[in-house]
Amino acid sequence: MKAKVYVNLKAGVLDPQGKAIQHSVELLGFSGISDIRQGKYFEISLDGSLDQTNAQASVEKIAREVLSNPIIEDYRVEVEG
Amino acid sequence: MKFGVIVFPGSNCDHDAYHVISKHVGQPVDFIWHRDTDLSSYDAVIIPGGFSYGDYLRAGALARFSPVMTSVKKFADSGRFVLGICNGFQILCEAGLLPGALIRNRDLHFICEHVFVRVETSDSPFTNELKTGSVLRLPIAHAEGNYVCDDATLEELQREQRIVFRYCEPDGTVTQNSNLNGARDNIAGICSRERNVLGLMPHPERACEDLLGSSDGRDIFRSLAATLAAAV
Repeated sequence: MKAKVYVNLKAGVLDPQGKAIQHSVELLGFSGISDIRQGKYFEISLDGSLDQTNAQASVEKIAREVLSNPIIEDYRVEVEG
Repeated sequence: MKFGVIVFPGSNCDHDAYHVISKHVGQPVDFIWHRDTDLSSYDAVIIPGGFSYGDYLRAGALARFSPVMTSVKKFADSGRFVLGICNGFQILCEAGLLPGALIRNRDLHFICEHVFVRVETSDSPFTNELKTGSVLRLPIAHAEGNYVCDDATLEELQREQRIVFRYCEPDGTVTQNSNLNGARDNIAGICSRERNVLGLMPHPERACEDLLGSSDGRDIFRSLAATLAAAV
């Protein structure tokens, strides 16, 4: 079983890295882009000892307490069965 | 009075802090390894600058899980003094000992230069030997020093006069031009509600000798020493 965690800066929190990437993308000639925000992606392998519900709860806790800073970031957890 | 300087893997201003306490404050000081948990013999601890855990995940994010941080929390709760400098400020925010967070500098650069900060309040254990409104010249060296917090937190910090230092011009005027990292409300340093925990991005420990370009940082350590002397 695998869990995926996505961590993004909250809307409104400045993302200078995203802005710099967007600038480079535009310099390369790609058009039609209005914004790029950089986030983080984590893959967590689970050893199978937790059922789907408990795995979801456990990874949510990891995402909330370690992987993200709730002051500036939001997270989303997906547990694959 | 006894000082401790906490050392994480990746701390690199620990020796500077130690040097300032032993040479300029003239008091006993120990290094405290991040796995130690006994802070009972200390009156003040310094969380120094550097790159604890290589800034992995977020600056300060992993250091907060080091065993010593549980003790630092209790230490602060008991009213004793905690000074977090640069990475130390980031760790204190991540650990919830100070509100808000420090994110990437507005213009992405790692900024390494001397800046001016205005002392916003002399009502703190770290600034009581300074006049409110006085200007210090201190070095900064960081990539994540852009202080952010929500509106309610900012209002609380302002109302309780917990903004201790703000980036300013040499004459003390607070301008956006002097706010190199983009920090909210030009915040360079804040203290806890009980005022015994201070975090700041500039490095006072690197500004205690004229040879280093400024000795303005001494007044911060002098204030803390005066606070401790009065408490004994």
